[in-house]
Amino acid sequence: MSILVNKDTKVIVQGFTGKEGSFHAEQCLAYGTKIVGGVTPGKGGQEHLGQPVFNTVADAVKTTGATVSMIFVPPAFVGDAVMEAAEAGIELAVIITEGAPVKDMQMAKAHATKHGMKTLGPNCPGIITAEECKIGIMPGMIFKKGNVGLISKSGTLTYEGANQVVKEGYGITTAVGIGGDPIIGLSYNQLLPMFEADPETECIVMIGEIGGDLEIQAAKLIKEQITKPVVAFIAGQTAPKGKTMGHAGAIVSGSAGTAAEKMAALEAAGVTVVVSPAEIGKAVTIALSKLSK
Amino acid sequence: MNIHEYQAKQIFAKYNIPTPKGIMVESVKAAVTAAEELGGPVWVVKAQIHAGGRGLGGGVKLAKSLDEVETLANEILGMTLVTHQTTAEGKLVQKLYVEDGADIQDELYLSVVLDRKSEMPLIMASTEGGMDIETVAENTPEKIITIPVDPAIGFQGFHGRQLAFGLGITDKIEQKNIIKFAEKLFRLYMDNDAEMIEINPLVKTGNGVFLALDGKMGFDNSALGRQPEIAAMRDLTEEDADEVEAAKYGLSYVALDGEIGCMVNGAGLAMGTMDTINHMGGTPANFLDVGGSANAETVAKGFEIILKNPNVKAIFVNIFGGIVRCDRIANGIIEATKITDVNVPVIVRLDGTNAPEAAEILKNANIANLIVGDDLGDGAAKAVAAAKGE
Repeated sequence: MSILVNKDTKVIVQGFTGKEGSFHAEQCLAYGTKIVGGVTPGKGGQEHLGQPVFNTVADAVKTTGATVSMIFVPPAFVGDAVMEAAEAGIELAVIITEGAPVKDMQMAKAHATKHGMKTLGPNCPGIITAEECKIGIMPGMIFKKGNVGLISKSGTLTYEGANQVVKEGYGITTAVGIGGDPIIGLSYNQLLPMFEADPETECIVMIGEIGGDLEIQAAKLIKEQITKPVVAFIAGQTAPKGKTMGHAGAIVSGSAGTAAEKMAALEAAGVTVVVSPAEIGKAVTIALSKLSK
Repeated sequence: MNIHEYQAKQIFAKYNIPTPKGIMVESVKAAVTAAEELGGPVWVVKAQIHAGGRGLGGGVKLAKSLDEVETLANEILGMTLVTHQTTAEGKLVQKLYVEDGADIQDELYLSVVLDRKSEMPLIMASTEGGMDIETVAENTPEKIITIPVDPAIGFQGFHGRQLAFGLGITDKIEQKNIIKFAEKLFRLYMDNDAEMIEINPLVKTGNGVFLALDGKMGFDNSALGRQPEIAAMRDLTEEDADEVEAAKYGLSYVALDGEIGCMVNGAGLAMGTMDTINHMGGTPANFLDVGGSANAETVAKGFEIILKNPNVKAIFVNIFGGIVRCDRIANGIIEATKITDVNVPVIVRLDGTNAPEAAEILKNANIANLIVGDDLGDGAAKAVAAAKGE
């Protein structure tokens, strides 16, 4: 089992024939993802990577029955692409593109919600169900199948965390990159209950960072609804105030959004909070060995 | 991206948002000419830097004569202003804004910011103008009104009424004035991809008109491509020179005050690396994300920027290659040691895509000072030890 995507998930790519879209779609196909087509306006009717190209998402959905779209269009067109996917009946849009204007994401996310479409990202590495389906830019070989679910704002910390879990002899059910922008789609509070409900996931790793209060909201939800052990790391304990640390949303404004505040809230909710990402693997091992007793 | 007060006021003027009349100058002589042109009888001489708290730092002063304008311009221009929002070194004042004095009856606070919780722009207002809003929020949160505005419907009449009644404005004409003011401000926010606009204080004059006495604006960097007029207002002298230089090469850099230079791919891992160093008893000298398209040139540039900092005693290169291939980073490190004189120990941890090839490349290169870290913990420990001279 897994959450959101599996070996049967049909995926289209928006920005299919572009440089980034092509490169990563090819990698996803090689991983085994069922990419059934793509959209590039004006190139409808052509074939790319052995799959049909459509002019519109509506055409692609009608012909292929895809339920997920992987979005690689340039930043200025992300909002438009997400809204198009939502109206075409896509169920989940995975937005990889970095640098989409915040205003566009406000509009696009609101529109997606109205049409019942979930979104992931933007500026995220995507989602991977180990050894079944990879939608995004993660290096597939790290993710061995197992019993740990992973949610992370950061791409490379996703890889770091998954790699440690695998080195400890465990593996991943699904790993989800949610992105570090000020406005993002699915976040901890939507994903944690999915992992709670997934019979194969026995432990959840959540990786957060400074800025905003999504981790604080997650702490509240964990306390009330999550029975599986959660291991957390919050990046940016040593980040200065008022400075954006790479991710547009990673900023401590005034006294709000600090790592210390988030770590304390998670600890109070019974989460194992590690002070360094180097300790994620060991903390997962301890959590899982307690379960088997 | 932030802009100066005088630039914010140019934008206010475009939207017919009332402000006192003023002129930006860069010399004492021009300050006096500007004051003459404005007419007086009182003027305010204001330092133009990208930081709040200028008044308390001595950067905003009232002049009652042209002589006083000259004295104050002399005093403020060229001074290094330290406020609670600048670094301890402060900021050099290179521009002044000479402004007509205003007839102040009441000082209020008004801002529009992005509210990450509701995912909408949020209008914030308070009767406690002129004070630091963080302090007001902490001590008297009931004195702050917050009104989220759904961009899909825009600023409606009820938003305006919530604002006017919330601020306790009872006079019909004043109500109309504040609502018009906020409506224009919201439009400005949306049209220009602003991230935040803060007017503190917003003043009410004796005749019930609302004036933006100050103006602070920040914009969404991701939207600057479609906002050429805003992008043209960028003042690079207000930004950290190394950060600007790094950005030219696609590197995201923030200077810190420790001893271990960090070069990492990905913002989260870069912060996580700093945190790990800290927990092992070391101090990070910087945040540096080399990004997803790191190559020999960008890695070499990264080394150059890190090594400009004289406090750096060791460098920790921590790469988890996903899309970034480790062999390319390894070659980058070798190139860097040829271009720049790397005179401190370099601890390298490369994991992920093509890591074995990278290890082979580094081994064969035989670079003095290069220490291999097996994983994040091991690399950080070795970097901390190297910085201590162990």
